[in-house]
Amino acid sequence: MSASIAVLKAEARLFRREPGSVFWILAFPLLLLVILGLIPSFREPGPASGGARPIDLYLPVAVLLGVILAGLTSLPPALTAYREKGILRRMSTTPVRPAALLAAQVIVHGAAALAGGIVIIAVGRLLYGVPLPANPAAYALTLVLGTLGALVGGALIAALSRSAKASTTTATLAFFPVAFTAGVYAPVRSMPEVLRRVVEFTPFGAASQALDQASAGSWPALPLLAIMLVWITVLAGASVRWFRWE
Amino acid sequence: MAIIEVDRLRKSYGGRTVVDGVSFAVEEGEIFGLLGPNGAGKTTTVECIEGLRTPDGGRVRLAGLDPVADRKRVTPILGVQLQHSDLQGKLTVREALELYSAFYPRPADWRSLVERLGLTDRLGVRFEKLSGGQKQRLFIALALIGRPKVVVLDELTTGLDPQARRDTWHLVGGFRDEGVTVVLVTHFMEEAQHLCDRVALLRSGTLAALDTPAGLVESTGGATVVSFTPSRRLDDPELAPLPAIRSVRRLDGDRLVVTGTDETVDALMSMLALNGIAARNLRVESASLDDAYLDLTAKEL
Repeated sequence: MSASIAVLKAEARLFRREPGSVFWILAFPLLLLVILGLIPSFREPGPASGGARPIDLYLPVAVLLGVILAGLTSLPPALTAYREKGILRRMSTTPVRPAALLAAQVIVHGAAALAGGIVIIAVGRLLYGVPLPANPAAYALTLVLGTLGALVGGALIAALSRSAKASTTTATLAFFPVAFTAGVYAPVRSMPEVLRRVVEFTPFGAASQALDQASAGSWPALPLLAIMLVWITVLAGASVRWFRWE
Repeated sequence: MAIIEVDRLRKSYGGRTVVDGVSFAVEEGEIFGLLGPNGAGKTTTVECIEGLRTPDGGRVRLAGLDPVADRKRVTPILGVQLQHSDLQGKLTVREALELYSAFYPRPADWRSLVERLGLTDRLGVRFEKLSGGQKQRLFIALALIGRPKVVVLDELTTGLDPQARRDTWHLVGGFRDEGVTVVLVTHFMEEAQHLCDRVALLRSGTLAALDTPAGLVESTGGATVVSFTPSRRLDDPELAPLPAIRSVRRLDGDRLVVTGTDETVDALMSMLALNGIAARNLRVESASLDDAYLDLTAKEL
């Protein structure tokens, strides 16, 4: 157990030495929120959104964006590089299983995504008066599920990629449609009815809607949570099934 | 007592047999060399000893344990330096040593290890900034950090400059005094001759010879090696009748290397004189482990 904790501590320290990961996961979504908030029309209540301002709708999107960048974009090359450089192999000759190293990477990326989310919520409140989530427990649950979804999705990309380079390419290609479903280009709530129904079946479309509902104070609709759980289970199963240690 | 037993080991990848019935035993405290050309099955053999691969046939035991089935009991007594295996680039030397110390129940004091390996002034340096020799020394430290009974070093000095190579040999030679058993995979004859108590020579997946380095050299018959560039081409049938001839190798630019005894050399010289063939750049040497290796891995004449 103490060996696994030593691995986790080392990986957390190494994560902080990766300026790229730190920027994309922690700084970029926050910057996006701050910049959007500087646009005056984003701080005016929109006609179609029942009193909510565009910045209020974009805050959960910025949180999800950090989650996606952590799990789907940053995690896969990190995992693949550990395999590619023989770091997993070296570890498998010690009493510690190499799975401890993969787990540490997943935990560190997940923690970074959640920490980034908390900072975004705080900054949104302080700078632009975005209301705090009216149902914090539901919000936290949804955020954790969304983060898990992104992490297992990233783990699957790592499992299927032959090299760190290939996993970066796959992750970049995956990013755009996934960001779309999360509402980065247009909030899911404001999408046309048919499109919204389809997007709600994707992990981040469901997460986006669930976060919206939790922000407003209710519990997310059960089907949304169920969709997320199914995705997490399937992606996790697939990545464990196909992960190559060498 | 043998601490490593390899008995009729077989391993193939996708129908291609890489190790085909190799048997040997390594005694406790011994420095044991595994030699052979690329693709002879050296790395696969040690990977079976390390428990990284499951043998297709035969039996491997490390301190009486099955390296695959008894992983939990094998890893604490095994230290490994792998070919093509890095550390996290941004991990410093100190962090790597502290991390790997945490993996073992009774780790060695890494400070004294580092001092012996001459890495004390590199403790704060990240792995990616180390020179090749420093990386290798760190790998040796990591292989030793769990106080292993057996250390496997795979191509330890490949890519090192001659000075770093000699420094590394000196370190590995020091293990002997501590009773650590070392399995050394190498394709440098000089390294094997310098370090190893005994050497197993692999050739296309089978054991070609198993002896002390001196014994291997002797097995070539206290041989004499003649190398020269003849003024006209000499074919094998012309050379075959020479007495006590063991092997003929052909190098680039028509150069011939003939292994035999002094008698062979005398007969060769007369034969050349009789046929009016000049021997350019003639060199006569007594055989080294290099010659024994080439002799044993070369095709029969």
